[in-house]
Amino acid sequence: MATTTEPSRPAAPRVVAQYGASARPVGGTAFETFSWYFFRWSGVVLLFLVIIHLILMHVVTDVSMTTYTFVQHRYQNPFWRVYDLVLLTLALLHGLNGLRIIADDYIHTRGWRVFAQSVLGLTVVTFWLMGTLTIVMFPTK
Amino acid sequence: MYRGQSGMWSWLFHRITGLGVLFFLLIHIVDITLAGFGPTVYDDGIKIFSLGIVRVLSLALIASVLYHACNGLRILIIDFWPAGHKYQRQMFFAVVALSIAGFIPMAFFVVAPIFGRCPGAPNTCAPFI
Repeated sequence: MATTTEPSRPAAPRVVAQYGASARPVGGTAFETFSWYFFRWSGVVLLFLVIIHLILMHVVTDVSMTTYTFVQHRYQNPFWRVYDLVLLTLALLHGLNGLRIIADDYIHTRGWRVFAQSVLGLTVVTFWLMGTLTIVMFPTK
Repeated sequence: MYRGQSGMWSWLFHRITGLGVLFFLLIHIVDITLAGFGPTVYDDGIKIFSLGIVRVLSLALIASVLYHACNGLRILIIDFWPAGHKYQRQMFFAVVALSIAGFIPMAFFVVAPIFGRCPGAPNTCAPFI
């Protein structure tokens, strides 16, 4: 008469109704739904921003030419400052939100999840501030 | 991990490439932050990316970005096109083909300076290490 105890696992953060076009997030928190949509639209924007950035900095100009003076000339046009700010913000949020999903996949203890999410939150804020300050403060000639 | 074939591999590659690109992004934010310490420090930091060995490493970055971008589109098609999931396997092979097609020309420009060809930088050819 052995009683079996189911291992207690935390509820999945997102519930998906079915495959395909109906696989929108159902239930879960409003934040998870927002996160699901954010991944998708930021991904489309980043696809253009990142690939253009890669081509400009590694193909059109070689990396060895992307010096301080090069950035000074480039930032004379405020468009590229805005471009880089949008790229920085979306890439950081998209990437660290992905890391949050991975952490949720492998960390099943509530305490460690809170810890992991706090570290990720701090990382976003720190790196976003570092990048933003650099882009905004970069002096032009 | 499960025996999910193309579905599993596409998911696993998406995760690994995403982690790789994020890792590079954090490094890249640190190296641009060197600008706050003046032109010399910034240029010394950026020089690392011209080294041959770092050029080879950046091939992994380019491959990861291209795969992650193309597979992201595949995920969007599966999510928003009603028949999308029926073609996930074919789309996975299209993603791999498209990534390779984009990778080859970009890789050429990134690696060429190692062999003394500098199409994007006529004046500088950095050493391998």
